[in-house]
Amino acid sequence: MTDTRTLSITVNGTQYTREIETRRTLADFLRLDLKLTGTHLGCEHGVCGACTVRVEGQAVRSCLMLAVQANGKSVATVEGLARDGNLSPLQNQFWEHHGLQCGFCTPGVLMTMEEFLEENPNPTEADVRDALSGNICRCTGYQSIVDAVLATAAQARGE
Amino acid sequence: MEMRSFGQSIKRKEDPAFLTGKGRYVDDIELPNMAHAAFVRSPLAHARIKSIDTSFARQIKGVIDVITYHELPESLRQRRLPLVVPVESLTNPRLPFTLARDEVCYVGEPIAIVVAENRYIAEDAVAQVMVDLEPLDVIADCRDGLKKGAPLAHVGASSNVAATMHSVSGDTDAAFAKAAHVFKENIYLHRGGAFFMECRGAIAHYDTFQDNLLVYVSSQGVHRLKRSFLELFDMQDSKLRIVTPDVGGGFGPKGSYYVEYGAVAAASMRVGRPVKWIEDRRENFVATHQERDQYWDVEIAVDDDAKILGVRGTLTHDNGAYTPWGIVLPWISVATVPGPYVIPAYNMTLVSVLTNKVPTTPVRGAGRPQAVFVMERLMDRVAREFDLDPAEVRRRNFIKPEQMPYNVGVIFRDGRPVVYDSGDYPACQQTALDAVDYEAFETRRKAALAEGRYIGIGIGNAVEATGLGPYEGVTVRIGTNGNITAYTGATPQGQAHKTTLAQVVADHFGVSIDDVTIETGDTSTISFGIGTFASRTAVNAGSSAHMAAKAVSIKVREIAAQLLEVEPDDIELRDGLARVKGASNRSKTLRELAVYSLGKPGFSLAEGMAPGLENTAYFTPSQSSYANGTCLAEVEVDIETGRVRITRLVMSHDCGRVINPMVVNGQVIGGVAHGVGNALFERMVHDDQAQPLSTNFGEYLLPLAADVPRVEIHHQETPSPYNPLGVKGAGEGGTIPTIAAIVNAVADALRPLGVHIAEAPLSPQRIIELIEEAKARSAA
Repeated sequence: MTDTRTLSITVNGTQYTREIETRRTLADFLRLDLKLTGTHLGCEHGVCGACTVRVEGQAVRSCLMLAVQANGKSVATVEGLARDGNLSPLQNQFWEHHGLQCGFCTPGVLMTMEEFLEENPNPTEADVRDALSGNICRCTGYQSIVDAVLATAAQARGE
Repeated sequence: MEMRSFGQSIKRKEDPAFLTGKGRYVDDIELPNMAHAAFVRSPLAHARIKSIDTSFARQIKGVIDVITYHELPESLRQRRLPLVVPVESLTNPRLPFTLARDEVCYVGEPIAIVVAENRYIAEDAVAQVMVDLEPLDVIADCRDGLKKGAPLAHVGASSNVAATMHSVSGDTDAAFAKAAHVFKENIYLHRGGAFFMECRGAIAHYDTFQDNLLVYVSSQGVHRLKRSFLELFDMQDSKLRIVTPDVGGGFGPKGSYYVEYGAVAAASMRVGRPVKWIEDRRENFVATHQERDQYWDVEIAVDDDAKILGVRGTLTHDNGAYTPWGIVLPWISVATVPGPYVIPAYNMTLVSVLTNKVPTTPVRGAGRPQAVFVMERLMDRVAREFDLDPAEVRRRNFIKPEQMPYNVGVIFRDGRPVVYDSGDYPACQQTALDAVDYEAFETRRKAALAEGRYIGIGIGNAVEATGLGPYEGVTVRIGTNGNITAYTGATPQGQAHKTTLAQVVADHFGVSIDDVTIETGDTSTISFGIGTFASRTAVNAGSSAHMAAKAVSIKVREIAAQLLEVEPDDIELRDGLARVKGASNRSKTLRELAVYSLGKPGFSLAEGMAPGLENTAYFTPSQSSYANGTCLAEVEVDIETGRVRITRLVMSHDCGRVINPMVVNGQVIGGVAHGVGNALFERMVHDDQAQPLSTNFGEYLLPLAADVPRVEIHHQETPSPYNPLGVKGAGEGGTIPTIAAIVNAVADALRPLGVHIAEAPLSPQRIIELIEEAKARSAA
């Protein structure tokens, strides 16, 4: 179990090189090696979506991906969303609309919805609910998340 | 007191950290030299432990220790877990050892703990611990446990009955004897678990130099966990500190003390290093407390006007293998059945049965959703038998506002009579009915049926005991830098205590909530606490925050008055200043006053005045305050696939005065989603050997964004007379009536097919079965 590889990866714009065990998941690499604990583990079998990060722009389950699979790739996590201390538009709308309670699923929801909004600038409520169905939230009942996402889209359209 | 923050939808103080990945949950804590633990758990529901061989596991590089019952400290080998809530009717209490000694009683019961350099190695080693088990007979179904000659869930027990209790009011025999009509229902209700997104977890740090123990744990209340630790470990009060950081959801089961916590602490003591254990989701499915099966055999007696004369019956409750919470859960169920209705005679017997499954303890709603389901099913049955509108049957039986306070006649689990304090139940229902244009529903139904669509509407009315005592405490202190901080044992899991309690405190000092810091969940900051569950924090901690802040603000005025040479009544507090009314240039800052309050050269405190701008208050409510709500659900059922679509959901809700409407709406909507799960999706499946079969989110379905409808909320505000803020709890009100409303709506939709439904949850398969059964009945 001591098979190791050298991993070179860019996370939130910073380049890292680390020697890691091949069986290390991307989620554990981010949390344990890089101390980026904003990415959370909710089920470790790819259903709940709490661990969602973006690899080369694509939202993926970091619990189901080995860190070595991200070698040479660019990864974005929740820690990279706010710039210069300012919340992103989506983060701000989550704050405005009470889109989170315990906050545990929130990083994965944000990363999923960031990708969704880039691809769908003009979504309906049904579109948002469909896209959100890969993320489980036990607190909010989703309604406030949906409202936050729709408000972000409207804001981006200048409405 | 000038109201500024109270009642406002202020954005939460908690959110910026959570939104940027800076939340601090237990798994985010890293201590120097920390080791990692994983548990060896029973693969069988009932077995005798013949032997455990840890030698292979110990040989794995990176394994530090493997601990079984025999390696535990002596006190843990002597003592089983403490019973948190003993009551007389609990005649057969059962509690586990920290690690199983010679018998395992459910799948998932911990047998050994492996400590290793990291979690990966710990899990490798778990697979190498060889446990030789001799299978024993299993009680998988609580009804089987009551049969004559049934095997026993615990070796050596005299019976599988943990408790029998009667909840009685009035003379049911007489009521039923004279009744014009009696209707019976046999109801099966299953609720699953909490399934918070953050699994359980704990870090124990035993400091060998100072001989003290610090435990970080994802919990709903640190002080009660400390009590259990103190009872289990031979340790002085001063040597033990429990801290709960950010918590990723609780919903009840994180309020329990679990055997894993003591095992992690014992491991830290043995290896002399901090030890972290984070539950994975499979463990969560088998080892975190759940709710489960209840079988209700009930009957209702009514007169010719469909007015209730009496309700009686039996609740058979699947308790699981151990009784850490005694009979709290089924007791709440039987005390909640009467709900908003006048029931002159009531007699419900609860039988709590030991089974070989993980223990049941409260999950959001705590047995109330089942109770509401039972009563609302009976109401619909009466309506159907009389061919009356279900809303009208309820209307005829409501407790009227002028009957408040209303003594239901039964005893609640706090030992006090159930006395509703306030509320307008008829108006609450009417608000919901008006919102959906209820009168026009029959027209809508006819139009839908003409198109071959089956739509239905269902009502759920609930009254909920909230603000359960005995107390919660808050210390308010103004530091010598002028900062206002409040400390409480209430322990949030997403409910926004750091915002709402700050709203209560801020108003007393005329400051914004940004100027108030709320510290929760640390036994070192306040002596006593209970925790956050039972929709109790706004009532208990909110009132304590109000009382403590008020006392400190009075003291601020007194000291300022002394310095500014005016009367305390002449001082007003605004924006961090104590100033003379009408003379805003004559003022002292809170910072200056905090320094004066400790005494300084040239200034002495008034005689008898204690030092410091600090006060601790423990609000002790005289009884629960009773929130109420009406859930109205409209559904469309696809009779080919069994799929239920919730087309409309209205929640008319009264939780007294509201501290932060945005937060309360969030609680209610989230609660509704939990009810949707319980009504249509969530089922924890076991086979006949009590082996759990639904142990991941592919097999156990939680409601998703596309499943939960938009919730329309209508607030009523009937203040509670029993606390200074007039608040009632809001954490569970969304869940409690929703299951009944949805299932009643499905039953209503399928009524033209002759379908009768007295169960939840309803899967598509089950709906098809029910339709087929009805067809077969009508064919016969």
